[in-house]
Amino acid sequence: MATLQARSHLLKEEQSLGRWMLAPAVIYIAALVGFPFLLAIYYSLSDATVGSQVLHFVGFKNYQRIFENSTFWTSLRNALVFTLVSQLLVVILGKVLAMALYKDFRGKWVVRFLILLPWVAPISLGSIGWLWIFDPVYSVINWAGRASGVFGDNFWPIWLGQPDLAMASVIMVDVWRLLPLATVIILAGLSSIPQDIHDAAQVDGAGFWRHLTHINIPLVMPIMLVALLFGIVFTFTDMIVIYVLTRGGPYDTTQVIASYAYFTGIQGGDLAEGAAISLFLFPVLVAVAIFLLTLARRTEVT
Amino acid sequence: MATPLGKPSDKAVRPESPGPVRVAVKCGVCVVALLGFVVPATTFLARLASIRILPATQSVEELIRGSIMQRLKNIGGRIGHFGIVAAFAAFCAFPFYWMLITTFKQTNDLINVKNNPFLYNSPPTLENLRTLFIDTQYAQWLLNTLGVGVLVVLITLLLAVPAGYSLARLTGRWGQQLAIGIFLTYLIPPTILFIPFSRIISDLGLQDSLWSLVLVYPSFTVPFCTWLMMGFFKTVPRDIEEAAMIDGLTRFGAFLKVVVPISSAGILTVIIFTLTLVMQEFVYALTFITSSSQLTVSIGVPTFLVRGDVYFWGSLMGACLIVSIPIAILYNFFVDRFVAGFTVGAVK
Amino acid sequence: MATVETRSITKSFDGINAVDGINLLVKEGEFLVLLGPSGSGKSTLLRMIAGLEIPSAGEILIGDKVVTLLPPKSRNIAMVFQSYALYPHLTVYKNIAFPLEAQGMQSKVVKSKVEQAAAMFGIGRLLARKPRQLSGGERQRVALARAVVREPVVFLLDEPLSNLDAKLRTTARDELQQFQRRLGTTTIYVTHDQIEAMGLGDRIAVLNQGKLHQLGTPHEVYDDPADIFVATFIGSPPMNLVEEPPCTIGFRPEQFLPIECYGSRGDLVRFAFLVTRVEYLGADRLVYGTLTAHPEVKVISKLPTAVTVTVEKGERHEFAVPRKDLKRFDPGSGLKVSAK
Repeated sequence: MATLQARSHLLKEEQSLGRWMLAPAVIYIAALVGFPFLLAIYYSLSDATVGSQVLHFVGFKNYQRIFENSTFWTSLRNALVFTLVSQLLVVILGKVLAMALYKDFRGKWVVRFLILLPWVAPISLGSIGWLWIFDPVYSVINWAGRASGVFGDNFWPIWLGQPDLAMASVIMVDVWRLLPLATVIILAGLSSIPQDIHDAAQVDGAGFWRHLTHINIPLVMPIMLVALLFGIVFTFTDMIVIYVLTRGGPYDTTQVIASYAYFTGIQGGDLAEGAAISLFLFPVLVAVAIFLLTLARRTEVT
Repeated sequence: MATPLGKPSDKAVRPESPGPVRVAVKCGVCVVALLGFVVPATTFLARLASIRILPATQSVEELIRGSIMQRLKNIGGRIGHFGIVAAFAAFCAFPFYWMLITTFKQTNDLINVKNNPFLYNSPPTLENLRTLFIDTQYAQWLLNTLGVGVLVVLITLLLAVPAGYSLARLTGRWGQQLAIGIFLTYLIPPTILFIPFSRIISDLGLQDSLWSLVLVYPSFTVPFCTWLMMGFFKTVPRDIEEAAMIDGLTRFGAFLKVVVPISSAGILTVIIFTLTLVMQEFVYALTFITSSSQLTVSIGVPTFLVRGDVYFWGSLMGACLIVSIPIAILYNFFVDRFVAGFTVGAVK
Repeated sequence: MATVETRSITKSFDGINAVDGINLLVKEGEFLVLLGPSGSGKSTLLRMIAGLEIPSAGEILIGDKVVTLLPPKSRNIAMVFQSYALYPHLTVYKNIAFPLEAQGMQSKVVKSKVEQAAAMFGIGRLLARKPRQLSGGERQRVALARAVVREPVVFLLDEPLSNLDAKLRTTARDELQQFQRRLGTTTIYVTHDQIEAMGLGDRIAVLNQGKLHQLGTPHEVYDDPADIFVATFIGSPPMNLVEEPPCTIGFRPEQFLPIECYGSRGDLVRFAFLVTRVEYLGADRLVYGTLTAHPEVKVISKLPTAVTVTVEKGERHEFAVPRKDLKRFDPGSGLKVSAK
């Protein structure tokens, strides 16, 4: 009887200790993520500006204004194109690279170091490197192309100045910076497949293509989806690459939601409209997260 | 809009907004072109995996056994594998290599269009680095970044380590749900929060101060680090804690004196990860801080190393390199744990 | 059904020979057991026969065809792994069908073969399930069905019973042997469990540190061990070994009995035995002690319950071994020495 009481007392003590240890972090997150989020929603329904002292509730006026603004729709479309194309590339290339890194070989640690560089370097600084590589006059790509004869005499791409090329260039930089993360994650997934399964498939007579499509990819799929999810979140909400490389230009062809929200809200001073624009990130993210996590759970294997 | 040497906006022609079909077609063309590389590479690598071409540890005798066909396949396989890996490594590392070369180039060498940019047509110089450290506030920015980093690390450790432990050991079922909830805060990114924050920060009077960053950065470091630490603490055997408690420590005492020291590797991972996140952060710093002496490296370099229309490329590249390489070196030691943190939830 | 032959097959890793020049000939339809402790090279040998490892030297022949460098799928073999290696994302049906589909067989034919194989092992009702929903025993049957469905000429089994509960193991062993007799396919079976080996094998190949020590029927391996290693590895408790220059002599615990048991036979070798401990195990008694002539050597005697002679701790008792059952080994090489 006494032990039962003592045990439940201990349990309660532990539970309360648990809550105390957890509380600071939870409170901090609620205060610095939850509260501003609600504030953003409130701003989007108000007429807040950077300088205003008083806020008035204006209903959905901001949203109306955004919907009538063609730049907004361009940004949305750009953001979706940017994210989908770059993440598709990242996942496919990441899979290829993960397969290449699967086997041990001499000097693997050097390769791993090099391959991680894009992910590790601060995003803005890496982007500046590409800014120089894409320079309209001094681009090393153009120089090499001209010197090797691959580029004709009239072919001098302005990587960041021509509308479609600008989007392609920005996509390339995003792929460049997210490839390491996807590769490392997918490699972890590949390594978690027991060698026995590969052996069994060999003995069962699976050729290389069947092995890949029937064994390899299905078993790595949950992890690939996780990598895809992170990649989509990082890319869709990103403004850094675009800010550094093109500032959204030329003529808004690389403007995305996040950068547009910044230019409207902070540079332009219209906090309310900026908030409304930025909130369009949220539903897309939630939808993607739910979709991918459900898929991952469904293909769960062990 | 600040433009680099030569003005690209002059060369751009204002297009009509391309219809969705054209966009789709262009994307399709690019994807097909890329698949022209990917499909052969994947096929090749899958073949490598299923035919028993053994890795570099295979002895030379084994490599040359068998028929000519076998030998050719083996050596061809090795070369192809090397080719693919080299291509990727080159793609990833090239911008840094390029930064390295540019840092030491004299400006007149850089500007001369006729020069081969891969060679040092004038001898390499440290002038760019000198300019960087003496004529700009780069050094100050480095100190700022480091200062913010250290403080944010401390805050993160104080919040995330106990929280991680609590979720790992003390909270059972609802703890698991809460843990997922914490992780999901990543779905509310800084690019939504920066707008309300800009007001909050200015109302708090922290506008243009590094303290604004110290306050706000933990909002994205703490969730992930809590998750990391939770995973890490789960791998510590319960027996050790229980032995400590039998020896007279309370649960919290056991946590402090036994579990935390054992988990030093995980804590180190959290420290490194937090530092890199701080160094990378851009949006909040861009929003909150304007005066040049209070900038962090991530913001200062893109916005202030541009004087009007002219970019000092040499110094710029040097600035980028100096920050990137040490982080890269540090990061490499902790990648595996970091990835484990990412995947521990989804691959169960 | 085919023979399997290895000629001087060798595999080295980092300079150490995991498999060291083994010559083996497995007869058609035979159930051969590769027996040895961990690290003896038995699994490596099996994998080389399967084609999952390339030998460093030597040849492998299956049915008189040299297959040494051929990939597994060209060898017409099937393998059951210790972990069963079922494809976790496929149903039982798809698992069993996999090798047939890999050959490009028509789905109607595949269906009938899969159902046949499943019926053979009584798992027909499990075809729609996934491996994670099955028990250990059921998974093992699926692995066997997958192996059988290809109608290979050789079965390779790598410790397939070691993941089963002890209780299941004896029934599984029985079923395994019956099914092999029925199909008559040449089978090579790897295990470290000597009881399994003795129970299942037509012949046993005893391996240690990459070398083949003896190849023979269970009788030969037990009653006429080729060297000290085989003598002590097989038999539980292990054979007693005593140095008696110029040889080492050995005698099995169940032949080392109190003199009373042997009555008035004339061909006995007698030992003065000091009893230090007696263990009552139900079906047997194990008597631990030392020989007076060799007080530093511990010897064991195994007395079945039928033997009612009382043996007490601390007692000095005369024990004996029939002369023909006494083995002699050369102390240097360990090999057996023929009785003169």
